[in-house]
Parts: sequence; structure tokens; C-alpha cells
Amino acid sequence: MASGYDRALSVFSPDGLVFQVEYAQEAVKRGTCAVGVKGADIVVLGCERRSAMKLQDTRITPSKISLVDTHVCLAFAGLNADARILVDKARLEAQSHRLTVEDPVSIEYITKYIAGVQQRYTQSGGVRPFGLSTLVVGFDPGSKEPRLYQTEPSGIYSAWKANAIGRSSKTVREFLERNHKPDMDRAATIELTIKSLLEVVQTGAKNIEIAIMAPGADKTVEMLPADAIEKIVEKINVDKDAEASARRTGRGGAAPSAQGPEQVLASRPAGEGGPE
Amino acid sequence: MEVLLGITGKDYCIIAASKAAMRGATILKASDDKTRSLNKNTLMAYSGEAGDTVNFAEYIQANIQLYSMRNASDLSPYEVSSFVRSELAKALRSRNPYNVNLLLGGFDSIKEKPELYWIDYLASSAKVPYAAHGYAQYYCLSLLDKHHHPDIDFEQGMKILRMCTDELKRRLPIDFKGVVVKVIDKDGVRELEYIDDKQILAP
Repeated sequence: MASGYDRALSVFSPDGLVFQVEYAQEAVKRGTCAVGVKGADIVVLGCERRSAMKLQDTRITPSKISLVDTHVCLAFAGLNADARILVDKARLEAQSHRLTVEDPVSIEYITKYIAGVQQRYTQSGGVRPFGLSTLVVGFDPGSKEPRLYQTEPSGIYSAWKANAIGRSSKTVREFLERNHKPDMDRAATIELTIKSLLEVVQTGAKNIEIAIMAPGADKTVEMLPADAIEKIVEKINVDKDAEASARRTGRGGAAPSAQGPEQVLASRPAGEGGPE
Repeated sequence: MEVLLGITGKDYCIIAASKAAMRGATILKASDDKTRSLNKNTLMAYSGEAGDTVNFAEYIQANIQLYSMRNASDLSPYEVSSFVRSELAKALRSRNPYNVNLLLGGFDSIKEKPELYWIDYLASSAKVPYAAHGYAQYYCLSLLDKHHHPDIDFEQGMKILRMCTDELKRRLPIDFKGVVVKVIDKDGVRELEYIDDKQILAP
């Protein structure tokens, strides 16, 4: 592409596109997958974790899920380094909001702020857009209604019942569209989150991170421990096998379906410095 | 005539602050809470110039909480005291210094020890086993000198606090409307019910 319109950030191409923003969206597509699902009274974030290298200390390697305030949680797909800056800006705004109006931020407010920052970086000189999509979840102060928002590099934000961002997000979103039900309880919400992630995560439980938020004054985010995730993954696999064998006997020993979770993804080298 | 008291014991720190909000000789409110919790295990009590106190306390609170959010860990009481002192010292040498006196009570969860810092408006900070600000110093420090011991249990600590508040009621010319009492220990900060209706007569 030698049109020259992909050089400057704040210049349109003749067909009305801002190329740098499109490229940022491409960075998001290469980042690891993140999923958000709302249940009846909780909201769950799930993340695909890049498989660690042998000598990496996974216990203290930063997570893709971060707390913006005690009642707001954020997961991102895209450039890890950009995310640190954006999350820091969001945290500063959350505390600043508390200081000026003596109230915690609402989820919509902080989403709008994050999207606002992202938009600003698409329209000013000397900067590049954030290569990030985020899922912002939590509960408004004094409310029991779970919230889930998404932001994009362009500065668009939108509210969802369940959504996925990052690599293979289309596959996951379609899976969620097929399987999301209103008013799911805690177990069902967590299971749907993990199930949807398993569509694209190759190595199963140990590369999945789950954060759960429940309403309550001082209840912060709960990270689901690895063995609990393992257990749910096992259960999902057992269910899947049972279903598959039922189908096979039903069809009179037809060939097994070609839609195992493994086939969906291309492998990729672990631990490279690319988007996360 | 605001009262701030702090007592550390074996595994706790008690902070007491008078409930009267005063302007000159007038009491505006008898249920004022002059404390603010900064993070899970530090509590700051403040007295001084009316506007400055809350303004400074909120500013410190916001920054300490921001630190906790950014780093996913709380500052220790000692670290908080250093931050507070440096902010006060910075303001002191500016055009608009804060006229605020502080007691900073906390529980260091690594050392598993309670800590108490006495900080005044000139930004001097001292780690102390027990402390008072204002007129309370004149009446309570002698009592605390006599009865305090580093490893007193909680009941003993409350007993000493009772002696202090009784003495203040006996001696202070203005009613300070009782005290708010808060305790910081390994479980965090909690408010105590402090029954304070007994009449104390001057000798």
C-alpha cells in the first residue's frame, strides 16, 4: 500500500478510512482472546493466557485482567504495553472521580472515559492509536445489575450481554450467540465463559484465566483458582464426549464430527513479543 | 479544642477522635468523624484548620488508594507516613500550607506489629507507642506514661483510653461531645461502640 494515506494518523484516505486506526484493529485481532459474559447477578471475564516459556515465572507475570477500581474490572486484547498505559489512565480517572464527587465511577462512565482516551489518540498528531480492545465489567455503585461494555481502538464503545475480543473472536462470539441464555446462574455463567474460550484455546485449563465479579460493597474481583478451572474444563470435556457418543450411536456409527476444539486454531510460537 | 488520641498495644492500634465539629467557641455538630481509612490497614485521624483537614485527608486518601489499585498491594503504615509527611512538608514550603495535625494508626501485616505515627502541621513525623494532639496532650500523656506498656492486651488498652477520655471530660473547659473510637488490627479497620454517657465531674 503506497498510497501515502497510511502515514499520518489524522489524515483520511480518499475512501473515508483512517488507516492507522484500521491497523490498530488488526493488532487487536492478533491479541489473545478475551471473553465477557453476563449472568443473572454476576459477570465473568475469561482470558486466553499466552503459554509460558519454561523458565517464566507465571505466578508473578502480569495478568490480562486488571482492576480499574474495586468494583470495575477490565480485560483487553491487543498490545500489552499499550494496555498498561490505558489501564493506568483509567485507574487515575476512577480515583479522581472519587475525590471530586465522592462517588465511585459507574461502569458506563469509566468505559466512556477509556473510549474517549482511545478516540483522542486517533485524532491528534505525534501519537499512534492504542492497539487495544477492552472489555469493561462490574457493578454500578449500589446496583446489583451486572454490566459489560466493550471499547475499540477507534473509540467506539458498546454494551453487551456476552462478547469476545481478540484472536478468533468471531468464532467465540458466534458460539456465545448460539449458547447464551438470559438469567444464567453463577455456575452456568462460568461454564459458558470457559466453554466459549475452549473453542479457541488449544491447551485447555492451564491457559485460561477467569475473573468473577459479584455485587456488594467491598467485594472485589475473584480470580478462579487453576484447579477449579481444571475441574470445569474436565466436566465440559466429559459432557462433550457423552454428547458425541450419543450422536454417533444415534446416527448408527457415523464418522465423528470434525468440530473438535483442536481443529479450529492455527498453532503459533509461544512467548514471542507480539500482541497479547 | 479537638481531641486526637492514639494507643498501640500488643496486636492492635486504637484511634480516638472527638465528635465535636467546632467553629470558634461554637459547636456545629456533635457527630463528626475526624478519621479516614487510607487502605485496608491504615487509618488517619486529623485535626486543625476546618477546610484544610478534610481537603488534605481526601487528597491523601485518593493517592493511597490509587497506589493500591495501580500496584495491587497496599502501602505499609510506615510508607504511608513517609508519603503523608512529604506531602505536608511540600505544602509547608509553598504559598498555601496545610494547617493539619495527624495521627496515623496502622497494622503492618508483614511485621505483624501495630504502628502509630504522630505528625503535626510542621511535617514532623514520629513513630510512637501512644500519642495525642492538641490539649489532650496536656492531660493524657502523663496518664499514658504511667499506664502504657508495649504489649498490653486490647482490654487494657481500652481501659487506658477510658481513663484518658474521663480525664479530658474532667479537665477540658469545653465539651468535646465524646469520641469516635476505631481499632486497626490484622483484620483491618473497625469502629467500636464507645459508651460515653457517664457524667464526670471536675474535682
